[in-house]
Amino acid sequence: MSAAGATAGPVLRIEGLSVHSAGGVALVEDVSFELARGEVLGLIGESGAGKSTIGLAALGFARGGCRITAGRILLGGTDLRLLDAEGLRRVRGRRAAYVAQSAAAAFDPAMRLIDQICEGPIRHGLMSRRAAEERAIADFRALDLPNPATFGQRYAHQVSGGQLQRAMAVMAMACGPELLVLDEPTTALDVTTQIEVLAHLKKLIAGSGTAALYISHDLAVVAQIADRLLVLRHGKPVETGSTADLLTRPQTAYARALVAERAGVALAATASAAAPSAAAPVAAASPAALLEVRGLGVHYGRQAAVSDASFTLAPGETLAVIGESGSGKTSLGYAVCGLVPARTGSVSLAGVELAADYAQRSREQLRRLQLVFQLPDVALNPRQTIAAIVGRPVQFYFGMRGPALASRTSELLGLVGLDPAIAGRRPGELSGGQKQRVCIARALAAEPDVLVCDEVTAALDPLIAEEILQLQRRLQERLGLAYLFITHDLATVRRIAHRVLVLWRGRIVAQGATAEILAERRHPYVAKLCAAEPEMRPGWLEEALARRAGTEPSNEFQSAGGN
Amino acid sequence: MSRSAVVVAIILAAALFAPWLAPYGEAQFVGGVWDPPSVRHLLGTDNLGRDMLTRLIFGARNTVSIAGLATTLAVGLGVALGFLAAALGGWVDALVSRGVEILLSIPVLISALMVLAALGNSLAVLIATIGLLESTRVYTIARAIARTIVVREFVAAARLRGEGLVWVLAREILPNALPALAAETGLRFSFIFLFIASLSFLGLGIQPPAADWGSMVRENAPAINFGLIAPLYPATAIALLTIGVNRLVDRYLAAESRPGAA
Repeated sequence: MSAAGATAGPVLRIEGLSVHSAGGVALVEDVSFELARGEVLGLIGESGAGKSTIGLAALGFARGGCRITAGRILLGGTDLRLLDAEGLRRVRGRRAAYVAQSAAAAFDPAMRLIDQICEGPIRHGLMSRRAAEERAIADFRALDLPNPATFGQRYAHQVSGGQLQRAMAVMAMACGPELLVLDEPTTALDVTTQIEVLAHLKKLIAGSGTAALYISHDLAVVAQIADRLLVLRHGKPVETGSTADLLTRPQTAYARALVAERAGVALAATASAAAPSAAAPVAAASPAALLEVRGLGVHYGRQAAVSDASFTLAPGETLAVIGESGSGKTSLGYAVCGLVPARTGSVSLAGVELAADYAQRSREQLRRLQLVFQLPDVALNPRQTIAAIVGRPVQFYFGMRGPALASRTSELLGLVGLDPAIAGRRPGELSGGQKQRVCIARALAAEPDVLVCDEVTAALDPLIAEEILQLQRRLQERLGLAYLFITHDLATVRRIAHRVLVLWRGRIVAQGATAEILAERRHPYVAKLCAAEPEMRPGWLEEALARRAGTEPSNEFQSAGGN
Repeated sequence: MSRSAVVVAIILAAALFAPWLAPYGEAQFVGGVWDPPSVRHLLGTDNLGRDMLTRLIFGARNTVSIAGLATTLAVGLGVALGFLAAALGGWVDALVSRGVEILLSIPVLISALMVLAALGNSLAVLIATIGLLESTRVYTIARAIARTIVVREFVAAARLRGEGLVWVLAREILPNALPALAAETGLRFSFIFLFIASLSFLGLGIQPPAADWGSMVRENAPAINFGLIAPLYPATAIALLTIGVNRLVDRYLAAESRPGAA
């Protein structure tokens, strides 16, 4: 009914929006803006600024316990606040769609991708199953997903993070919505994948004429895609303007600080390339190696995810494993832990060879090698208390009970910088950063020698990520831990790693001291990785893509690793 | 307390305290055939001159207890096998799932009729048969839920720690499956209870002279021909309990999905 009227006015108009939490705290206060057809508005601000809350409000939704308390949300002339549940259901997915930060959490793990993507158009009665599938396959092809015809037959865990994020964009666009809300869609991706996903999202938005709200904490990313920016702080609008204006001539002090900080990061990253060399690590392949991996090969079916990987890790050393999504980083980490049994090669801990499958390793061997997962949201059992989660390894490995167990649990929580008073809470009541600290505390509870950290900061926003990295460095100095640190973030690598190992399509293409590897950029992939770090000016994306098109020999092959 | 809770509570109380609540004996002949309601017989009498209210109260006891036991068996067996299949995967999953599918492909009523005809319809056989057949339904749901949970990283974390299968099933998977399983248990109870009522209606369920709601509908059905509402009392009781349990389940699910309930 309002479809005809929608073309005339703005697609989305928000007037005086306020959202309050259950406790009465204002999350968003008096925010107003308009969004024209085909326009992309970037919402920017640090975590807690109310960006996601506004994005969800644009769908007429407020997170659990929160309420939209004032204002009008006009989507093509329809005030979403006046609609009942049925009316909202008809709007969501069809006229307004959402792309979440964690595609992994947004897909049902037990459903094939194509079924989930086609569900919207079919349920809204827009297309037949066949037409929906054809459209999805055309979109897969447009987004360069591998084997578009059969890609949808896979499950969420069978594709890489970047691929899944693109699949989510396809799902969001399946009904041809007027408004697309993108909530940090590339934050959890590595830089090289981020470029691709960004470019694809840009193409998708431009091609469809959909209006989009793009939420991000990274100015450099938003600069590539947004026409206008709205800077938020503590739920209030600070400044708005065109992207170019805001980046070059920010008017308010806060916007100036944001711009300066991002520019500063870029500077620091290039300047301090030789930072962490204090604890000079033992030379490679020395007899004192704590962890020794030789010729490790991991396969999924017939496809090799990792081949012939060999490296060592000394006590107190940090070895970073870098590579783009699908390069086999996570598979390598999982194979070291035995979670994905290696088909070839060996893993030795303190000179003793470990079984390939964790189930065949002794309890003591399992204890000494701990894994910290990428997504704290799914790594913690939502139904257990923090005390139970952190206390269990202590009880399991060391047989502690009662008051001794409780005091050790408090001590561990203190060690990772958490208030022991949170012991009685459940993971759902904690923030992302707190959850990751709990994950680290759980790993430390086993008193391990080696910690395999799988992208532990990827899902966190930069300030929190920085705190976690500092915590990990302190713990290393204090406990002499060795880290196998899987990451895609070069800034992280520079800050924390003694040595770097570069994976490319499952093979180690470079290995050595951090400063050398990153400075020399000998392997083309390392150079590509360094060049993919976003710069804060509009147009950088196109330049970077053009540069890549020149250097990258073949881009067709994309591994479908378990990342 | 909601109306549905009151209805279910009254029926449960009737089931628990039947001998003390009922005005007459379960199979006692106290009046004429289909006497109308009176002070002596509040809901009148049945086809053999037994007090209708008494029969309803004892019927609650028999029907609810047998349905309860069969539900316990169905849920216990179904969840245990479903979780095992999901956690172990491989040939265990394949074997159990195919077996369950074979059972699922035969209509429950037909299987139940065959088993009851072959083994006789003692209470133990009745409960075991219904529990076993209905456990296949619980199995498919329990397995599906567990499969979405076992792939999560916290289960991997527990396995990597060296935890045994029992811990993984009971402490990692079960708590996360509980809301859905509780809902399934409530629904399963309704289905089983209706199933017993239909078996009794066919004369294969609970045997006379024991009262149960399904047989009461069958025994009193001819009264409809004379414009009497006698069969509607047990039929209403069946409807009330079914709707009551379903509404309770809905309320529980709504409470679970409210924010803050994880």
